[in-house]
Amino acid sequence: MSDFIPFITAQVIPGLNSGLIVSIKLIVPSAFLGLIIGVLSGTFRVYAPFPIRKISDAYVAIFRGTPLVVQIYFWYFALPYTSIGEFRIVMSAETCAIVGFSLCSGAYHSEYIRGGLLSIKSGQLLAGQALGMNPITAIRNIVLPQAFRNAFSGCSNEIIYLIKYSSIASIITINDITGMGRGIAKESWRNVETYLVVGIYYLALVTLANVILYRIEKKMEIPGFEKEQA
Amino acid sequence: METQTVLEARNIIKNLGGNTVLRGVSIALNKGDIKVLIGPSGSGKSTLLQCLNLLHIPEGGSLLLDNKPVNFKNKSELYQLRQKVGMIFQEFNLFDHLSAKENVSISLRKVKKQGRKEAAKRAEIELQRVGLDDKMNLYPAQLSGGQKQRVSIARALAMDPEVLLLDEPTSALDPELISEVLVVIRDLAKNGMTMLMATHQISFSAALAHEFVFMEDGIITEHGSPKELLAENATSRTKDFCAKIAELTGEQA
Repeated sequence: MSDFIPFITAQVIPGLNSGLIVSIKLIVPSAFLGLIIGVLSGTFRVYAPFPIRKISDAYVAIFRGTPLVVQIYFWYFALPYTSIGEFRIVMSAETCAIVGFSLCSGAYHSEYIRGGLLSIKSGQLLAGQALGMNPITAIRNIVLPQAFRNAFSGCSNEIIYLIKYSSIASIITINDITGMGRGIAKESWRNVETYLVVGIYYLALVTLANVILYRIEKKMEIPGFEKEQA
Repeated sequence: METQTVLEARNIIKNLGGNTVLRGVSIALNKGDIKVLIGPSGSGKSTLLQCLNLLHIPEGGSLLLDNKPVNFKNKSELYQLRQKVGMIFQEFNLFDHLSAKENVSISLRKVKKQGRKEAAKRAEIELQRVGLDDKMNLYPAQLSGGQKQRVSIARALAMDPEVLLLDEPTSALDPELISEVLVVIRDLAKNGMTMLMATHQISFSAALAHEFVFMEDGIITEHGSPKELLAENATSRTKDFCAKIAELTGEQA
């Protein structure tokens, strides 16, 4: 362990830094896409007409009910062998990861948003409609902003999870933090040091995300929607 | 003198949860009319009010706004009618995530497509009208019940409604907050606003209303001027009912 510091600075950190960039490129779009999918599907599950509601329910059931690893394998290894007529989808490993993470994360967000929507009193929607709003206007401007505030701590939690399960990208050849770490550990046979630092990278990412999410939450805070009440 | 009918319901029938809540109710509001709906709870007063701005779609009967029948199946006609028929709820139903000012301006922006500035200006005028100049930027959680109900009245007025429907506007208020809302309603009456109000504030509404409409079991059983129905020698069901309320509240009917 005498050359711990030189090993870390010369080999581990440069490698993990390039992995960090790859990881961020997966996490950030997945977080946004997941949130959008979650808000839409959560809203559909509460307010949409029967067929759309059922499709959204099925989406959540499938993506919450199967392991993420299996989903990622499906997008990367199985989808290229699936064709409808001449039509076939082949996606790069990175795209597969973003699609997989967004859909999985969206299914969980959907649950929080749905809970948030159900917690809003029906009078809110009624009052919007009484003023001549159509249901979509009333949902978008009245119910969703409130539901989102109530759901936000759950959604934050899901984004934190996403940061950690983004490491699954490494199993489909992506050199994210975990992928790079595994390469370094294999080459150097120094598993302990390498994975220790890999862990610290994720811890730093999660801490940073926590700070950002907390700021957003504070910014959205208004009287009547304080955290204690939610 | 020619009277102009603003809103008229003919033979409204409404079923809710397997019960027929309204069994053929007809009522007409002329411009400037103030009518008061009274009757025991469960008699269909709220349902009638919600049918009148089509928050409930009646199963039977017709609704005429400015003498033109409204097609219940046409969504845009529904939205149009609701803009012209304001609704005040017992539970206020202020938008909890918006300040008093935004509560009033949001429908101007999203329904009437007014600009942010124009809508904000109108909101300020309406909030001043109900005496809330100093509370414009407060959120519902920071307002008292009476203030909330006044914001909701300002919110309805900003849409320039032709009729205002009030569903027990003071029933959810602490006794000492009732009068501030009643003062606003009295001002509206003075300015000629057409109103239909369900309420248990008998003496207040007797002084204000042109007509008392008594509902029981989903139909209108009596109607007439408060003077007639509450006269010394009258034997109306309305009078019995009002006497009972007076007994409970200690109010002189």
